[in-house]
Amino acid sequence: MHPKNIVTAALIAVALAATPAIAQESATLKRIQGTGAITLGHRESSIPFSYYDDQQRVIGYSQDLMLMVAEAIKADLKLGKLDLKLMPVTPANRITLVQNGTVDLECGSTTNNSERQKQIAFSTSIFIVGTRLLTKKDSGIKDFPDLAGKNVVTTAGTTSERLLRRMNEEKRMKMNVISAKDHGESFLTLETGRAVAFMMDDALLFGEMAKAKRPGEWVVLGTPQSEEAYGCMMRKGDPSFKRVVDAALTQAMTSGAAEKVYAKWFLSPIPPKGLNLDMPLSDDMKALYRAPNDKAFD
Amino acid sequence: MAYNWNWEIFLQTSATGEGTYLAWLLEGLQWTVALSLSAWIIALIVGTAIGVLRTAPNRWLSGLAAAYVEVFRNIPLLVQLFIWYFVLPEVLPPSLGNGFKQMHPLAQQFLAALVCLGLFTSARVAEQVRAGIESLPRGQTHAGLALGLTLPQTYRYVLLPMALRIVVPPLTSEFLNIFKNSAVATTIGLIELSRQAQQLVDFTAQPYEAFIAVTLLYLLINATLMLLMRRLERKVRVPGFIGGN
Repeated sequence: MHPKNIVTAALIAVALAATPAIAQESATLKRIQGTGAITLGHRESSIPFSYYDDQQRVIGYSQDLMLMVAEAIKADLKLGKLDLKLMPVTPANRITLVQNGTVDLECGSTTNNSERQKQIAFSTSIFIVGTRLLTKKDSGIKDFPDLAGKNVVTTAGTTSERLLRRMNEEKRMKMNVISAKDHGESFLTLETGRAVAFMMDDALLFGEMAKAKRPGEWVVLGTPQSEEAYGCMMRKGDPSFKRVVDAALTQAMTSGAAEKVYAKWFLSPIPPKGLNLDMPLSDDMKALYRAPNDKAFD
Repeated sequence: MAYNWNWEIFLQTSATGEGTYLAWLLEGLQWTVALSLSAWIIALIVGTAIGVLRTAPNRWLSGLAAAYVEVFRNIPLLVQLFIWYFVLPEVLPPSLGNGFKQMHPLAQQFLAALVCLGLFTSARVAEQVRAGIESLPRGQTHAGLALGLTLPQTYRYVLLPMALRIVVPPLTSEFLNIFKNSAVATTIGLIELSRQAQQLVDFTAQPYEAFIAVTLLYLLINATLMLLMRRLERKVRVPGFIGGN
């Protein structure tokens, strides 16, 4: 062996030995270690989970939890400094961006379901919602059957869209389903009178209400049509990365830190209007915090 | 990259029970074609009229036409679409605005996208038509007028028959563009081809199959159009002029 090669080989051996064992099995952790950076996917208008405040900073319940996870990753890899790259994603591109390696971790309002599990991996669930309706107090809509023959808006790419179309197909409700690009646009469609109701995950509906010009005009109602568990998304086939993420989330939930984050976003005034969503901790959520798990509801 | 390819997805019945996913794509294709073709008709008619006005020997008329072109050419297409769909109904008299908003959502989306695409492309067509007219020797206008034709008659019988034939090749690319631009209608919820692709991704979590299929469909549309336009070009070319022999 040429002396130069020996030196190189020795350097590589030292570098490998210095790398914590865990990083060797996980491509994602290895890359984070190598670049000192992680790309976090967030949403732009999923209030109060992940959205921009009036200074275009990303804030929200999921964002807070994601930052806790990033902190745990940094500690796990013993990095002095971890560069957080924030990347906005939409329901339509989020799975692809995680899959193709652009985004390492996405915590927003993504439902964990079995179809998506074929393409990407979900962390321990971070939230549990029911799909309900947002409508004007005087609209005369009380529950889902009242929507027959009416214009109903929902956000494209969500489970609610699927449920509405299925209702049309199975119950012949003849609703005109409008699929808007994001939650903000869905609410705009509702507010401008193009639709009588907006179907979405209840927590997001409370969030949209908080943004309304006159929040008092609106009400969230209806029998929940499905229960959904939100999880953080990451690439499939990287169990050691998932283990670090899950451990961080589980720690946050069992230690009571997650409940504090919940209180911050659901039980106190939040930006941009300082409105309180006033959404008490549900039994499902209490159960999740007691026993964190990554089960999908479907 | 760990990806599960599944080309059979197109033959599966959709999760909502509304037929196969392939049927979704074909439905999207129909909307794309319907929207683009009807917007193209608007663009051709309005664009030709504005293009003619641009060359009219009247400062007010040509100024007005120039302003029209600049407005529609310089505002991003997406912004124009939002103005037509979201802003206009709010600033119209309430009876008119609400009337629009009470229409079937699909009709609202289609109309807004139709007007938006048609007028946006008309500004571009107008510029092509103007260029075509200006490429003709000045003597042609003078000859027409000297023969005793009025100015409108000179346009109708002398200038436009030449100009419109000369601009067929550049118009072809505008024609192809309108099909690609029609994808902006996705943003207001019209379920055209590119939207169906996104829906397919949402429902099946198979993004690559969906986008490859849609890419091929767009290619198919544009290849067909190119062939047709080539034939048209050959048929109408002016002997002795650009592209003619």
